[in-house]
Formats: sequence, structure tokens, C-alpha cells
Amino acid sequence: MVLRLSKITKRFGKVVANDAVSLDLARGEVVALLGENGAGKTTLMNILFGQYAADEGFVEVFGHRLPPGSPRAALEAGVGMVHQHFTLAENLTVWENITLGTMPLFGRSLAARGAKARIRDLAADFKLAVDPDALVSDLTVGERQRVEILKALYRDARILILDEPTAVLTPQEADGLFATLRKAVEQGLSVVFISHKLHEVMAIADRVVVLRHGRLAATRKTAETTREELASLMVIGATQSPEFATRPAGPALMTLTGVGTGTDMGGVPLRDVTMTLHGGQITGLAGVSGNGQAALSDLVAGLLAPTAGQMQLAEVQVANWSPRQALAHGIARIPEDRHKTGTIADFDLTENAMLEQYNTEFAHRGWINWRKARVHAERLIDTYDIRCPGPDTRIRLLSGGNMQKLILGRALETDPTIILANQPVRGLDIGAVNYVHTRLGEARDRGAAVLLISEDLDEIMKLSDVIHVISEGRLSPGFARGSIDAAGLGAWMAGDGFAEATHAS
Amino acid sequence: MDVIEILMSASFWAAAIRIASPLIFATLGELVCERAGVLNLGIEGIMVAGAFAGWIAVWAGLPLWGGVGVAMVAGMGFGALHGVLSVLFGLSQHVVGVGITLLATSLTFYTYRVALPEVSTPPKIEAFQVYEIPILSKIPVIGPALFAQTPLTYLAFGLAGALAWGLYRTPLGLAIRAVGESPASVAAQGLSVAALRMGAVIFGSGLMAVGGAFLTMSAFDSFFFDMVNGRGWICIALVVFGAWRPGKALLGAILFAAFDAFQIRLQQTGIGAHVPYQIFLMMPYILSILALVLMSRRASVPAALMVPFNKGER
Repeated sequence: MVLRLSKITKRFGKVVANDAVSLDLARGEVVALLGENGAGKTTLMNILFGQYAADEGFVEVFGHRLPPGSPRAALEAGVGMVHQHFTLAENLTVWENITLGTMPLFGRSLAARGAKARIRDLAADFKLAVDPDALVSDLTVGERQRVEILKALYRDARILILDEPTAVLTPQEADGLFATLRKAVEQGLSVVFISHKLHEVMAIADRVVVLRHGRLAATRKTAETTREELASLMVIGATQSPEFATRPAGPALMTLTGVGTGTDMGGVPLRDVTMTLHGGQITGLAGVSGNGQAALSDLVAGLLAPTAGQMQLAEVQVANWSPRQALAHGIARIPEDRHKTGTIADFDLTENAMLEQYNTEFAHRGWINWRKARVHAERLIDTYDIRCPGPDTRIRLLSGGNMQKLILGRALETDPTIILANQPVRGLDIGAVNYVHTRLGEARDRGAAVLLISEDLDEIMKLSDVIHVISEGRLSPGFARGSIDAAGLGAWMAGDGFAEATHAS
Repeated sequence: MDVIEILMSASFWAAAIRIASPLIFATLGELVCERAGVLNLGIEGIMVAGAFAGWIAVWAGLPLWGGVGVAMVAGMGFGALHGVLSVLFGLSQHVVGVGITLLATSLTFYTYRVALPEVSTPPKIEAFQVYEIPILSKIPVIGPALFAQTPLTYLAFGLAGALAWGLYRTPLGLAIRAVGESPASVAAQGLSVAALRMGAVIFGSGLMAVGGAFLTMSAFDSFFFDMVNGRGWICIALVVFGAWRPGKALLGAILFAAFDAFQIRLQQTGIGAHVPYQIFLMMPYILSILALVLMSRRASVPAALMVPFNKGER
């Protein structure tokens, strides 16, 4: 037994985040900590790592009790943690981030050469390719995560905690991560893996510990359980995953003809994109992130003007428009990054709920009607089941799922004709995923056109009436539901098929 | 031509280096604070306090280096107060800094009046004398400029090198740079954000006070009320100008001081007779604004500058 958490209880004010949770971990074992958002997974791991002090209970590593509230003690005992939101200094190099705090503070030298050599060795051993001299700000998200793991390995961590490590990774990067973890386990490390993606848990873990509302709900050996059982353990009265049947296409609400965008925005520009969004349909956009999704999304949201081709909104020709005009034309947006562009972290729920209508719906002769705004926020909280202490809560205190529900509610309450849903369920747990999908389905059934952008092929194939694949800024023809399988989409995602399509035309 | 003549004269460069010295101390002090993520607007007041503390200590009978020590300790005291408010309590660094400047300035004037109630002109002390470094000071132009200065000037230059080395070559320096970039990652690596920031603010404030003390103990030999005269604010700009690097900050201080020395000399030439002297006084400031605009485009601000860090908060 390398690690034992005994009856950990942690309260934040009135909220009990962990209620007498116990957990143990053997050498070379991978335990998945599974649970909905707000189930207390991260809190539990932060207690283990010493960032929070438990109100009751204790942590034992290799038979020794850790003093509460000391990351230093946890690090020295051999616990390494990869946080969901990376803790890297961007303006420092990789090796500086990794060696930070590993030497006596008043030591005379950084011994940079030896440190870099050791990092290179570790990187080679664990298949974590990264240049020690690179600035962290120049790295991709996947590379940054490798740096985080190297940080732990550099300190000879024997226990590795990963908090939702795949939330920010592409499927390929996630596979690389799993390869690294298997390597680590071979070398005798033990891993705690926080996730709410069932297929990952089944693929990597030996044992699954399910948390629900801060309590230990169940422990199962992976070999003796199923995804369905785990799903039902995670969510009491598990919400049903919604069914999507094909519907006849409604009127064309938005048409792009031969649209291209400039390169000045950064990212991949669009090339000769032609597509139509029909009312009453969900149009799925499949593709590996960074292939022009951002440009297409910005185009629809009014953030970007086309440099070529035509953009038509029902009957209206659109050339160069603003997000405000987009809103006025009934386009609702669920942005890709709910933290950066979807919400203002230090505004409360009331303010965040009225962000898109503060000067129209909630303004009266230039003054904000706060009473109306508050009522609106309260209605969203009720209708969309946003779990929070109240409309005065700063939105940064909400979990990702609840934040997304507010964004969803804000978008849908305006009764939009076109809904831009960019990665609407990224990082959400099953309950929230089903909820968001159900709501999008209802909006479709009301006659709205939904543009769903996602990297998750399962999601795309389940929801979409029509699927387009985007690759290097080019758009495939639309495939009706059921007319193409994952392998077929994968080929288009890799860029096959575009050449023939060009020849054919 | 007058201008060439000025630029070629040893006395001009010697004056530039002398004027630069207090700026170097204070700029390096501010740089250490900001590298750790704390904007220290107390600098102006801390320089006033340092100028007074060092001078009055020597006047009261302490040796010169003792006076420098007293000034440093006084500065560290105000730095500790700044740290308690801005780091431990996480209050707004702007408000705390301006408050410290007002407090340090008024406390200084108050102490002055209490200590010397009957005096109309402040007494003089035996200030630091020029120490000519053998051989090196005989080099034409550069010699008198760089190697015929007071010991405090040598200390300022040595300090710039020591800080550059310390920040980039030692574990402590790495930790200070990291805490100004990303306190969360420092905490995750088991170091104390509060201790690092407190230490940096206290040490940096001590240096600012020594910069003030240079004015009363090396540049002049007495204390006047408007002695510091905005030098602290110039140093804040010099930190930006130097892109938060000690070497560049040192050059920035010398450049600014050279403009200052230049305009004084220019006033005495033929040009000076035709142009109002206020134009000359303005020159270093206008040029430093211009330089700042050009330089700061590429500068990388410490990412966590002015961002308080509260442990255990979600």
C-alpha cells in the first residue's frame, strides 16, 4: 500500500466537498477517480497534495502521515500532481519550470547542464518529447502537459495524480499520454487518474473509485464492471442520453458560398467553403482542432469577415458584420472557451446572464434594470438547473458544467434561429453532456439551425443530421445521418477525398 | 561645436555616472520587487526616508557605512509594511504603494522637525569622498568617469552585476522570477509565495533607500526636503525601459543621467542663451518617454505583476 487516505472530510463554508472519503492505492496500480463535476474529486486530490487542509481524516504515504496543508511535504514524500489548469510559468523555459523548487533556495548554482541532461533522459524514457530550452509559452497544450508530468518525474515522484488530463488533449495526444502512463506503471509508479470519460477509465485503470456528492459511492475493479454500471453509479437516477432521429430539413437559414478568410487572424484560414445551415437540423462539423474551425466559428459569430465568397443569412446578404449584428439576426453562440470568451470570471451570475442583452432587453433609457436582470438570472438558474448559491455568486466559483448551463441558457432564452455550438460539452460530465445535448435537440425541434463543432466523433455522429468534415480550411460535402461511418469521417479528417472532390468539380 | 565638446569631456561623463548612481540602486530595488510580482509605488517615499535616515545617522555620529546600513534598514521597514499589506493581505498594490510614499515622506519630515527643531539650514556631514582606483582612473575620459567615483557608485555597479547573476543563475533568483510569472506554479512546487514576495519587497525597498541615501551621503552632504524630486518615479519607468533586466536597467539609468548632465552643460553654451532653460530641464524626461515608447514594445512584463495570490482559494 503506497497511499492511504483515511476518512477525509472537507467543508467549504456550508458545502461539504468531501464526506469521510477513504481511498488506497497499491504499487504499480492505476486508480481512476470517477465522478460528476462537483463530486469532490479535485478537492480530494488537492487535500492529498497539501493544497487544502482536511477538516477531518489524514493522508498516509508509504506508511507516514503527511502534515496537512503542505505541498512541500507531499512532494518530498513522492507525490506528484498534474493539475487540470497547468501550473507553469509561461515566460520561463521548460527546464526552469521543472527544476523550480527542487534545489535549496540559497544554493549557489542552478546546475543547468546536469538538470537539462536529466530532463532529456526522463523525456526519452517516458516518451515525453519536449525541448528543455523551449519557452513554455511556445508550447502546445499537449507539450505543456508533458512538462507537468516531467516536473513530477524529475522529483522522483512515486505517486502521480492527474486531474482530468485528457480534457485539453486531442485523441492522438491522449493516446500518447496513456502510453506514458503505462510506462510509468511498469517502472513501479502508482497513478491516480481523475476523469469523467468512461472509455478512458475503462482503458487505463485497474480499479475505479466513484465519488458522488462528496461521498464514496462505489469501488469496482475495471475488469468486473461495465461502462453502463459506472455511469449509473456516478449519477443517481442517471439521466437518459437523448435519442436523435433524423428530421426533414427546414428552410435554409444561412448559406456560405465559396467563402474564404484571410490569414491575419492567426490560425488556419478557410478555403472555398460552401455550406448551408437548415432550420430544424443539426449540422455537425467534424475535424481535428485547428483546421479552420475557429475561422468558421468566428465567421458565423460576426467576429470575422469573409475575404472571398458570399455569406447569406436567410434572404439577407452579409458582408462585414459585427457580433452585435449577429445577435440581432438571431444567432446565438456557445463559445469554445467558456472561461475566456464565454463568461467574465469575476462578474456574478446576474451580470453574466445579461451580457448579450444588457443594452437592449435589460436597459431602460440608458439605465440598467437590475431587478429584471436578476429575475432573468433566477429564471435561468431554475430552468437550466444551474447549481449555485444564488444569482449573486461570482461565476468563477461554479463548476464547468454549471457555467456551461448558464451560457446555454443565455443563448437559448433569446429563441435564436441559428445556434453556434462550439465544443459545447468539452470537459463536462455525463449528466451535463446529456443535458446540453437534450437542450440542443429541443432547439432543433423548435426549428433552429444548429451548427455543432466538435472533435468528438461520437458526439458528431449521434447528434448531427448532416455532417461536414473540415481539414486544412477545406470543407467536405455534407453527409446525411447514417451515410458515413467513423472510418469514413476519419479519412476525410486526414485530408483524403478533398483532392478527388476538386477534380470532380 | 559645443555639443561634441561636451560629449568628449571627462567631467561630463563623470557627472553622468554620479547622477546615475542613486537611480541604479532604486531601479534595481524596484526591479526585484516587480520581478516577484509586486509593483512598489512606495519607491519615492522610501528614497526620501533613506536619504534622511542615512544622513541623520551619520550626523548623530555613526560612520558613513553605518549610515548606509541605517538607510537600508529604514527602507526594509517600509518594505515590510508594503509586503504585509500587499502580499499577506492582498490589497491593491497601487493604493498600498502610494500610501507608503505619502507615509514615508511625511514621517521623514516629521522626524526631521522633531530631531532638528531649531535649525534653519540643515547641518552638513562628512560625505563619501571620491576614491580613485589606481591605474584604471588614469585612462582618458573613461578613467575619471568610471574609476574616480565614490565607493557607493562602485557598489551600485557591482550590485547590477550581482543581481543579474543572482536572478538568472541561482535557485533563489529562479524562484523570484517564477513567483512574478506564476505564483500558482511556485506554490505547486512546494515553495512559499508569500515568503518569496515578502523577501523581495523588503530587500528591494532596502535598495531604494540606499539610492536615497546616495543623495545625502555621496552626491551632496546634507538633506533637503525636495531632494528626491521624482527620481523614484523615473526609476519605475527605467524598470520598464530595462525590460525587467538588471543590465539593461543599468544602461537606462546611465542614459537618463547622461541626458540630465548634458542639458545642464548645454544651458551654459551659446545655445543656452537663446532657449528658455525649462526646455533643457524637460529634455531628459521627453527623451526617456520616447525611449520608453520604443523599448517597451518588446518588453515582457512579469505575468503576475500586481496579481495577489491567496493560498487555498478556488
